[in-house]
Amino acid sequence: MNLSTEVIEKSDKKKILKVAGEVDAYTAPELKANLNPLTEEEGAEVVVDLTEVSYIDSTGLGIFIGALKSAENHDATLRLTGLNERVKRLFTITGLDEVITIDDENTEEAK
Amino acid sequence: MERQSDYLEMTLPAKPQYVGIARLTVSGLANRLGFSYDDIEDIKIAIAEACTNVVNHAYEETGNMHLSCNVFEDRVEMVVADTGQSFVLEELDQNLGPVDSRKPIDELKEGGLGLFLIDTLMDKVEISGENGVAISMTKFLQRDEVENNVDGVSTETNAQEQK
Repeated sequence: MNLSTEVIEKSDKKKILKVAGEVDAYTAPELKANLNPLTEEEGAEVVVDLTEVSYIDSTGLGIFIGALKSAENHDATLRLTGLNERVKRLFTITGLDEVITIDDENTEEAK
Repeated sequence: MERQSDYLEMTLPAKPQYVGIARLTVSGLANRLGFSYDDIEDIKIAIAEACTNVVNHAYEETGNMHLSCNVFEDRVEMVVADTGQSFVLEELDQNLGPVDSRKPIDELKEGGLGLFLIDTLMDKVEISGENGVAISMTKFLQRDEVENNVDGVSTETNAQEQK
């Protein structure tokens, strides 16, 4: 029931946030604390790698909505990648996949 | 007639770090009862959402959340209850739904998806609020059989067990 995050700087603009573990009410503040500063940089390209995330619920989804707003306000972009089928399903059910850019290319890892 | 069900309950502090404990408990229970992997994940999310609501909304200071589970042959009924301030139930229904992608991003809400998820992932949901809020969530085992199994030969799994 823990969460770990790591920021990988691909370039001045492009930052990858690798997230591992479970995102729930307890761990979401940590995700927020690590994600939001990235989206607050003007023109940033933020990619969140969720390959190692096994569980997420609405608290976590809320963090991504907040991050998306923040990105919009700072002319930055937010993209999610590496979602397993379960995690992807939650984004689909809630309609967030229509709002947030989600990569499809890594989904074969979940099989 | 329905056989007497097994019952279990636990009381947890209404704090974020205990939401995962409730989630693990129902996960273990659902696994023990033979729910499918996907159903177990659905149950975990529903319980976590209900507990998160308690943690975020029930108490001004500290309080407890109560998890109880009734296990039947064909389903599990789980209740997450608090003894805090009941929120206005009528207000909830209007907000129950997925994200509206036509709205400007700035108008998207960061909360409010929890009850929608519970409603979507569980087979039956009831919310009551008198002394606090109680959310009752039911998930059926082998759902397609319960809904409408055409050939009706599926009785051998549960129904023929010894009384």
